Amino acid sequence: MSGKRKAVALISGGLDSMLAAKVMLEQGIQVEGINFFTGFCVEGHTHAIRKQDSAKPKRNNALWVAEQLGIKLHIIDVIEEYKDVVLNPKHGYGANLNPCLDCKIFMVHKAQEWIKENGFDFIITGEVVGQRPMSQRKDTMPVVARESGAEDRLVRPLCGKKLPATLPEREGWIERDWLYDFSGRSRKPQMALAEKYGFTDYAQPAGGCCFLTDVQYSVKLADLWKSRGERRYELDDIMLLKVGRHLRPRPHFKLIIGREEGENNFLEGYRKQFVHLRALNLDGPLALLDGVANDADIELAARLVCRFGKGRDAEEVEVVVTDKQGATRVLNVAPLTADAIPQEWYV
Amino acid sequence: MKLELDARHLLCPLPVIRTQDAVKHLQAGDKLLVHCTDPGAIHDIPTWCRINGHIVRDIHLDGRDITITVEVTDGVV
Repeated sequence: MSGKRKAVALISGGLDSMLAAKVMLEQGIQVEGINFFTGFCVEGHTHAIRKQDSAKPKRNNALWVAEQLGIKLHIIDVIEEYKDVVLNPKHGYGANLNPCLDCKIFMVHKAQEWIKENGFDFIITGEVVGQRPMSQRKDTMPVVARESGAEDRLVRPLCGKKLPATLPEREGWIERDWLYDFSGRSRKPQMALAEKYGFTDYAQPAGGCCFLTDVQYSVKLADLWKSRGERRYELDDIMLLKVGRHLRPRPHFKLIIGREEGENNFLEGYRKQFVHLRALNLDGPLALLDGVANDADIELAARLVCRFGKGRDAEEVEVVVTDKQGATRVLNVAPLTADAIPQEWYV
Repeated sequence: MKLELDARHLLCPLPVIRTQDAVKHLQAGDKLLVHCTDPGAIHDIPTWCRINGHIVRDIHLDGRDITITVEVTDGVV
């Protein structure tokens, strides 16, 4: 071997990628981490926003993993490029709007570009054969290697013994005997390996690192596309889908209503981009109005917003409506009763 | 050189990414003041600094506003 070989590890913040990187570090490989931010990453956003979750750790797990491993981490913003993966997945969606196979191909491809630019030798992932129904099957894992362009520079240390030898193995940069043969959905082998390495604190591997795997989130995203008559999104759109109650009383507008103080604070950051409503002199949520609304729509929105505040049982509540230019007006409205809100309004 | 970065209303890891991208254009000894509102940044930006060899000089909290002062080093960890 001429000099220390260098690999970049895809670090999600979960246990598998942490172990995969560790296995390579143990073989004397110089490892740096890479993490792609798509906008759909869960990564404690709801914890960061919601005050009631303030006791939960807000750490970014990918950064935390990198620090535990003693490696650098490069966090790459791929929000724009990733849109094509979400909107036009060549291999289709999973159970929800999750394009898992295209996503993995995209990320490995980005890592392949990165190693070329930075003089690294190969790529590491924490994939395990048979662990995921789309992207981690025996028949789809070669697709990832091929379509990403990484080919045999893609090493999966946790299941490498079950796969054909890669370039780093053939060249003797790494020892095949030191790789593992994990397969299937059981987490026991990973947990045993974590124990061997002394990792006692790690993100629970629930497979839920992406909002697109969440059914409710996917429904909201599909609703967004339907309401706009086209499949497109901006970062603000997909961030707001993570927050608040979403109610669509009319096809041409919906309300995003904060559920608690932390969400109201977060929504305040968007006040200049949306017409927004809030009860005057009464505790209650901030609501953003997304879409186009006439006076009748705004009155309906005001009545709806009152339903979720302290004035829900009052005969009349004053609601401040602020337009995008900051001009305000006050409406006196009767809060909607619970049974006046059809279930189908809830997105 | 002292540079200010507005990362308010961005959720992590975006404040970290913006910090990372800003630091690329700075020299050792320069300071970057990152203004943010996501409480996660209080953990994440210092962690990013530690693993990349930069130094957090100050974390100032003013209500929901957070200002983190990063001193850029040559990046050798």
